[in-house]
Amino acid sequence: MSMLKMTRRSLIALASAALMSGTMTQVVQAQETIKVGILHSLSGTMAISETTLKDVMLMLIEEQNKKGGLLGKKLEAVVVDPASDWPLFAEKARQLISQDKVAAVFGCWTSVSRKSVLPVFKELNSILFYPVQYEGEESERNVFYTGAAPNQQAIPAVDYLAKEEKVERWVLAGTDYVYPRTTNKILEAYLKSKGVKDEDIMINYTPFGHSDWQTIVADIKKFGLAGKKTAVVSTINGDANVPFYKELANQGVRATDIPVIAFSVGEEELAGIDTKPLVGHLAAWNYFQSVDTPDNKAFIDKWKAFTKNDKRVTNDPMEAHVIGFNMWVKAVEGAGTVDPDKVIDAIVGVKVPNLTGGMSEMLPNHHITKPVLIGEIKEDGQFDTVSQTDSLVPGDAWSKYLEGSKDLIADWKTLKCGNYNTVTKKCGA
Amino acid sequence: MTSLRILLRAIALLTAMAAGAMAGPFEEALPKFSADSYSDTEAAISAVAGSGHERALTVVEALRDGRLLAGAGQVYIREASNGMIDAATGEIVGGAGNLKPVRVNNRVRRAIEAALGNLTLLSSDTRTRFNAAQAVFRSRDASALPVLERAIAQESDLRVRGALESARAAVILNKPDAPAVEKKIAVEILSRRGDQDSLALLSNVSASSAPDLAKAASDAAEGIRTRLALWNALQNVWYGVSLGSVLLLAAIGLAITFGTMGVINMAHGEMVMIGAYTTFMVQEVIRLHAPGLFDASLFIALPLAFLTAGAVGVLVERCVIRFLYGRPLETLLATWGLSLILQQAVRTVFGPTNREVGTPGWMRGALEIGGLSLTYNRLAIVVFAFSVFAILLLVMRYTSLGLYVRAVTQNRRMAGSMGIRTNRIDALAFGLGSGVAGIAGVALSQIDNVSPNLGQGYIIDSFMVVVFGGVGNLWGTLIGAMTLGVANKMLEPYAGAVLGKIVLLITIIIFIQRRPRGLFALKGRAVEA
Repeated sequence: MSMLKMTRRSLIALASAALMSGTMTQVVQAQETIKVGILHSLSGTMAISETTLKDVMLMLIEEQNKKGGLLGKKLEAVVVDPASDWPLFAEKARQLISQDKVAAVFGCWTSVSRKSVLPVFKELNSILFYPVQYEGEESERNVFYTGAAPNQQAIPAVDYLAKEEKVERWVLAGTDYVYPRTTNKILEAYLKSKGVKDEDIMINYTPFGHSDWQTIVADIKKFGLAGKKTAVVSTINGDANVPFYKELANQGVRATDIPVIAFSVGEEELAGIDTKPLVGHLAAWNYFQSVDTPDNKAFIDKWKAFTKNDKRVTNDPMEAHVIGFNMWVKAVEGAGTVDPDKVIDAIVGVKVPNLTGGMSEMLPNHHITKPVLIGEIKEDGQFDTVSQTDSLVPGDAWSKYLEGSKDLIADWKTLKCGNYNTVTKKCGA
Repeated sequence: MTSLRILLRAIALLTAMAAGAMAGPFEEALPKFSADSYSDTEAAISAVAGSGHERALTVVEALRDGRLLAGAGQVYIREASNGMIDAATGEIVGGAGNLKPVRVNNRVRRAIEAALGNLTLLSSDTRTRFNAAQAVFRSRDASALPVLERAIAQESDLRVRGALESARAAVILNKPDAPAVEKKIAVEILSRRGDQDSLALLSNVSASSAPDLAKAASDAAEGIRTRLALWNALQNVWYGVSLGSVLLLAAIGLAITFGTMGVINMAHGEMVMIGAYTTFMVQEVIRLHAPGLFDASLFIALPLAFLTAGAVGVLVERCVIRFLYGRPLETLLATWGLSLILQQAVRTVFGPTNREVGTPGWMRGALEIGGLSLTYNRLAIVVFAFSVFAILLLVMRYTSLGLYVRAVTQNRRMAGSMGIRTNRIDALAFGLGSGVAGIAGVALSQIDNVSPNLGQGYIIDSFMVVVFGGVGNLWGTLIGAMTLGVANKMLEPYAGAVLGKIVLLITIIIFIQRRPRGLFALKGRAVEA
């Protein structure tokens, strides 16, 4: 793809454009523009993860404008700060759609923020691109899920551990909210379907920002010494991870004894930890910065130039935004308009290259196809890919392993329904 | 070094005789490292380790350190001086073409560990032998048995001998064809060792073996379980003390600003954060200019954190709080706003992501006492928290500043009439409280995130401790912190982390209903002031 192969000169031009972007938007505003909403927290607890996604969106929009914009118009980013406050997400979303008249919104991180904006997007009929791995069990006409569904992250991760590490005993540890709870429910059902017994599964929940892990790590250690190979599947979110990994290192739980596989720990999170004692612990994602493809290299170079910081890392949700944005651009070009109804119809089936060397496709259930990568933490805080699926895995909106959701499918192309029951042949569960 | 080489030769001879062949399995195994497949690498490791070749140890160590490079069927080792040597011969080679380090994953890492254990059992260094014994204990690799026997026979160090015997017992228990008599002895050895690992081994035996052996093993396991349950209770108390000391550290600054001065300081957590970021800055400077000082970085950070946070505290008192004395609601709102401003300021300067604060070498690992495992970083924090408490107590009791602070808080006008400059004392006391919060930040940077949100996680707990312990009383803060810490950790195993916290909060609410002034209420006229 030509846009990713940039010369050094255009990089410099891009960087200087970044400097001028403030003045440029004003000039551009005089002409007609297509507005793109960015709904990520820039303050509060989630700023730690979401600020980066705002930056990557600004970079993508600027780059698109360099290439002549979209439908002959320039793109204009409208950035708002929902401040990690869930009701504020809905308010800001309403403001973006009805006041700023944006064509599409890229945003949200936590599931609760997504649930909070859903009614707004439905009512005002707009488009949201959601870039983070999540618990599934949802498919909405107005939302496109570019992060991983559980079958694109959690299930392959467990399969890898069972096959490669011969794990027979499982600790499912998570932060106490909807994503870990649903994911663990799916995993528990999946493990039991594979013949794992009740006493070989330990489930543990902790509050947000939990910082005293002594008891839990000691419990995990004890659980792991029952003679069967044990692994921890971690859906621990955000700030709680650093003290958790520090405690693991201090109590001498090593990856060779009890590996921990995480679904929410990426390059950004590791940047705040001394990773030497963590070498060998794992993470499952659909993208790693260390993936060696020309597209990825070009993306990393652009990112470092854009942020003017050589140490900035890239991560999975950033890639999801890259894919989502390119899909939206392609769909708008195909439809010849930014009208949400037309774009929603046009985007299904759109294929764009992902950064790991494949072509991701938007599926009728509004999820996308992605490769699943398992990586081990290296000393430098990057991941070494130890396993990658041969082909891209299509995202399931509804888990096959949960009672009540296994009969459901989502299809917005032919069935025009997000929860079609294949048994009763009815839309609406 | 030479004795090591002789010993290695001895192993070489021994294993070569066992294999009954002198043809080079070492040379045959080496090219497998270049296949870039984890199973080939694993096979190559066990072949190299079993080959008895004198270079086997060098090759496996190089693999462990990521210095084993491979390309086009050839394997090389990168030396510290960045030169290359041929892995097979040890000869220096010049340009070696396009090489990549041999990749390892957990499975390979386990194989490396087991191989190193087997290869270093007869090392001349006591520590290496001890580690080797531990590695064999974990790997339970039956092929290590002959070397293990030799090592036991010639071992003079008691500790290493014990470790070697445990390792042998573990190997034998795991070996299906070992004679029953030896297995019985193994059970006895492990039962004497009596830790979690032995329990794991023993409970595995009981399922599938001769009835009398199974009974011996299950009896031994039962004995260990009872003993461990006792240690477990002690361990929980320790976790509680450790959590209590973290609470104490976080709350003790607040005990002065809120407890003694009566300022509801919602920005207290941000003072802790400033201390943590000071530690980060100190470590950055040390990393750049004097890497040798890294182990001392926390000690350097302590006074700096005290001064930085203290200065911010004095500034805050002079600019905001002094206008709000006696108006608790406005103070609460103003300091809350201030905490948001400080957070966002740090976020703007340092970025929203976590900053890495390294752990000095002496704070890594754990101290094992019987069945008790005390991690060094927690131990350091407990000691530190009590020292800070003692120093603060002395300052308040025996220095003139302490005397003035107590005088001003007891009766401001009287103290003013006696010639104490009450304004100045307010600023200094607030600075002292903030500075103490700053040094708490140095300690907390070792166990928590260094991010703009660091302080938020502690503010509620800090107020809880001070209110529970009794406002205006340092001893109350100490007892309050320890009680809450231990109670929390005692509840956690039964109720879980989430429910445990809820139960604790409800208990405190009920307690405060009954005793509004906390555990140690101040008596007398000071209360009414």
